[in-house]
Amino acid sequence: MTVPAFFFYLFSAVAVASAFMVIAGRNPVHSVLWLILTFVNAAGLFLLIGAEFLAMILVVVYVGAVAVLFLFVVMMLDVDFAELREGFLQYLPIGALVGLVFLVELVLVVGTWAVGPGIASAIKAPIPNASQVTNTEAIGRVLYTTYVHYFQIAGLVLLVAMIGAIVLTLHHRVNVKRQNISSQNARTRDTAIEVVKVKTGEGI
Amino acid sequence: MIGLPHYLTVAAILFTLGILGIFLNRKNVIVILMSVELILLAVNINLVSFSAFLNDIVGQIFALLVLTVAAAEAAIGLAILVVFFRNRGSIAVEDINAMKG
Repeated sequence: MTVPAFFFYLFSAVAVASAFMVIAGRNPVHSVLWLILTFVNAAGLFLLIGAEFLAMILVVVYVGAVAVLFLFVVMMLDVDFAELREGFLQYLPIGALVGLVFLVELVLVVGTWAVGPGIASAIKAPIPNASQVTNTEAIGRVLYTTYVHYFQIAGLVLLVAMIGAIVLTLHHRVNVKRQNISSQNARTRDTAIEVVKVKTGEGI
Repeated sequence: MIGLPHYLTVAAILFTLGILGIFLNRKNVIVILMSVELILLAVNINLVSFSAFLNDIVGQIFALLVLTVAAAEAAIGLAILVVFFRNRGSIAVEDINAMKG
């Protein structure tokens, strides 16, 4: 077995096994950690196939941001996860049946497809020789020219997601005293103190 | 020699595991969100492997866009989950019937 084949089987076996552990794990914290392992191995697969930029982005975005976000939420919510596991086996037969049918269909498709004759003319941006142009530069050359609108819309999606997440989770508590600088500046001597004339021997 | 069908098979298995995760963990929204991430990862593997074997870099561009949407979806989904837990004290899917949709 050649070295790339060995690494392909290693990465894909670990990715599939850890993906199975994601859905089968009892503790969601463990599930997130298995998810991280899946992503790292998928990044390894991307490296093998020559997509270095996407491999690194996968590690940075998924492992560095999304998985940590999941870990944050799992640890922040005080949920009885054992209770949520009830009825796991109840859905196992139908779930296994659907999964098996789906997998068989997908493998049948994968096993029998063929590249059409017109595919050579349909290629929009051929991958340049890796010894002259790096993968990152090749992506940049296409992404910032032909697909610049897609790039901007992706940025807009992220902006909307960020604003949405902030708006959803931000809530003002009612009984918290906060500093109000404008009302502090608007105070005058008349509103701040009250002069009371107290007659001798009577009190207020 | 490792060819395109090998990568497609790995992606198909990951996709199926994601679907299975949604079926099996019907009570736990967090694991359902993780399963959606697995499904999107499988789609990305498909896009990148077709891009590499058909020698067209556009597939990697679209994989990048899928990555963006997946990150946005995770952020919004988890934000909704946190707000829901704050209001109801539970994340069981069966309790999410307030809208009676």
